[in-house]
Amino acid sequence: MPFMPVKFNLQKRVKLAQGLWMLYWFSVIVGILIFSLGIFFKIELRKRSEMMDNNESHLVPNLLILVGLLACGVNGFGGKVCHDSLDPIKFSKWKPMLKTYLLVCCGFNGLLLVTALLCFLMQFAMYLTLAEGLKNSIKFYKDTDTPGRCFMKRTLDTTQIEFRCCGNNNFRDWFEVQWISNRYLDMSNDAVKDHSVQLTRGKYLMDSVPFSCCNPGSPRPCIQHHLTNNSAHYDYDFRMEELNIWNRGCREALFSYFSSVMTCIGALIIITIVLQSVDMAGLKYLSTALETMEEPENPECESEGWLLEKGVKDTFNDLLTKLKSLGKTNQVEEGEEGGA
Amino acid sequence: MALMLVKFDLKKRVKLAQTVWFMYWFAVLAGVLVFSMGLFFKIELRKRSELMDNNESHFLPNLLILMGLIACGINAFGGKICYDSLDPTKFVKWKPMLKNFLVFCVVFNTLLFVTALLCFLMRIPLQFTLAEGLRNGMRYYKDTDTPGRCYMKRTLDLMQMEFRCCGNDNYRDWFEIQWVSNRYLDFSAKEVKDRIGSNVDGQYLMDGVPFSCCNPSSPRPCIQFQMTNNSAHYSYDHYTEELNVWKRGCREALLSYYGGMMTTIGALVVLVTMLEFAVTIGLQYVNSSLSTLADPEDPESESEGWILEKTVKETFTDIMDKMKGTGKGGKVEEGGEAAAVVTVS
Repeated sequence: MPFMPVKFNLQKRVKLAQGLWMLYWFSVIVGILIFSLGIFFKIELRKRSEMMDNNESHLVPNLLILVGLLACGVNGFGGKVCHDSLDPIKFSKWKPMLKTYLLVCCGFNGLLLVTALLCFLMQFAMYLTLAEGLKNSIKFYKDTDTPGRCFMKRTLDTTQIEFRCCGNNNFRDWFEVQWISNRYLDMSNDAVKDHSVQLTRGKYLMDSVPFSCCNPGSPRPCIQHHLTNNSAHYDYDFRMEELNIWNRGCREALFSYFSSVMTCIGALIIITIVLQSVDMAGLKYLSTALETMEEPENPECESEGWLLEKGVKDTFNDLLTKLKSLGKTNQVEEGEEGGA
Repeated sequence: MALMLVKFDLKKRVKLAQTVWFMYWFAVLAGVLVFSMGLFFKIELRKRSELMDNNESHFLPNLLILMGLIACGINAFGGKICYDSLDPTKFVKWKPMLKNFLVFCVVFNTLLFVTALLCFLMRIPLQFTLAEGLRNGMRYYKDTDTPGRCYMKRTLDLMQMEFRCCGNDNYRDWFEIQWVSNRYLDFSAKEVKDRIGSNVDGQYLMDGVPFSCCNPSSPRPCIQFQMTNNSAHYSYDHYTEELNVWKRGCREALLSYYGGMMTTIGALVVLVTMLEFAVTIGLQYVNSSLSTLADPEDPESESEGWILEKTVKETFTDIMDKMKGTGKGGKVEEGGEAAAVVTVS
C-alpha cells in the first residue's frame, strides 16, 4: 500500500512539473540569500575581530557560505530535471540519477539542520569571546604607539559611538584602567606623580571616560572628567544624571546585535529546510507519476504518484534488512577467506 | 521618403515585438528605480531639514517620484501593446490609440531629460540653504530647553560624528558663539563673570568645541577645551596638531554628500531617458511594420517599418501647416458666425 498516493492525468502532471520548477528557482534564490548572509556575517565578525582578541570562531559563516552554494547547486539541478520531465526523451537520461539525487537532498537537509542548531548554540561561545576581548581592548586603549595595537583606540571609540555603549559592563570599567598614555602625562609634575604613586602599580587612574562615551541626547555639554565629583561641575548630581553618558555596557550591546543576526539567520535556515522538504516531496511525486504510466507511449494516460512505495513501517523494515544483509555479506566474505 | 526605413518579414516582426516587450519590462524596473531614488532623496532631505532651517525645496524629489510613477504606467501599457501586437485581433483595439500614445511618450521623454538637468542644477540653491541653516544650527545648539529647538544639539552632534566634520567652515566657528547653556554656568564664579564681562554681547565664549568634533583616530585622548592654549596641555602644539578634532567644515561635508547623491541620480535619470527613447523608437517600428502589411489577411507577408513617414523636414512642415490650419479654421468659423449674425439682424 503506497504512502499517500495521488492519481495524475496529463494536465495534473504538467501543472505539477511547472509548479515544482518555479519552486526550485525560488529555492535557488533562497540559496543565494543564505550565501550572501554568510558573507555579511563573516564581514561583521572581521570588522570587530580586534575586540574579540582575533579569537572569534568563523565556523558559522563559513558553514553558511558552503550551505548557500550547495543549495544553489542542488536546487538548480532539481529545476533542470523538472524542466526536462515533460519531455520523455530528455527525462530518460535523468531517471537513473533520481534515487541518488533524493538521497543527497536528504543528507543536505540534515546539514541544514546542523547549521540551524549551530546558529543558536554558538551565541554562548560568542558571549564569552566578547567578554574577554572587550576587557583586553579597554586595557590596550592607550597603546596607540604599540605595533599591532595602534588602532585599538580608534576601533573602541567608533564602537562605543556606533553601538551607544560605554565600557565592558558599564562606564565604571574606565575608572579601573589607565586609558591615557604615559606619553601625554607630565611626569615631572608633582600632582601627576602623586596621583600615580598613590595607587597600585603606579597606574594613573581617574574617574573619567573617553569622549566616545558621551550621549548626544544630553541637554548639557558632555561631562567626561571628574564624573563622581559633584562639586567639580555646576548643578550636577552624578547619581541622578542619566543622559550624560551611555549607561549600557558594550558587551551587552555587541552581544544583542550579533545574537539577533544569528537568530534571524537560524530562522531563515529553518524555513529553507521546510522549503527543501516540499521540493523533495514534489520531485518524488513527479518521478513516480512519470514511472507508473500505464502506456509509456501515450503521454495522455493516467498514472499514480506516491511518497513511499510501501507504508512507512514497511520501508523502515526494508532499510534495516538491507543494512543487516550488508553486514552479513561482509561476515560471509570474512568466513570464506578464513576457510580458504 | 521615410526616415530610417527597414524591411520586415514575419520572423523579424516577431523578434522585434519580443525584444521591445522585454525592453518595456526592463523600463518598468527603471521607472521603479527612479521612483525609489526620489523617495530616498526626499527622506534624506527630511532627516536633515532641521539643519536647513526647514527651508529646503522638495521640488526635485517630488518630481522624481511623479516621473517614476508615470514611467511605470507608460512602460507597462507599452509592454501590453507589444505583447498583443503579434495577435491581429487583439492589436486592432490598440491601433487607434497608438499615435497619441507615441506623442505622449515623446513629451514624457523630454520631461525626463529636463528632470535630469534639474538634478545637476539644483546643487546651487542647496548650497545657500545649507550655509544659512548650519549657521543657525550652531547658534541654537545651546537652546535645549526651547520648544522647537530642543533637538538641535543632538542633531548637530550626530551630524558632526557621522560626517566627520566640525563647525560651519572649520572648528573655529565654535569659538565665536556661546554653545554652553546659561543653565549650566555658575554666575557667581569669578571665571564665568570675567569671560562674560570681556565680551561685548555678554556671551560666554571659550576656545573649546563640543565632544562630537573629536577625531577617534587621534593617538591621544581628545583635547576639547583650551585648544589654543599650548601650556594647558602637556606636549601639545595646536599649530601642528592635525588629528585631534575634525578639520573639515560641515557645510563642505554635507554639500559633497548631497551633491554626490544628486549627480548620481542625474546620471541614472539620463540613462533611463535613453532607454525610454529606445523603447519609443521600437514601438514606432512595431506600429509602422504592422500598418504596412502588403497583404492584410496573410500574416506572413512582408512589410516596412520606419521612424517617421516622411523626412524630418517634411514632417516638421506638416505639423506647422496643421497648426496654421487649426488657427485658420478658428478664423473661418468666426467669420461665418459674424456673417450669420448680420443676416439674422
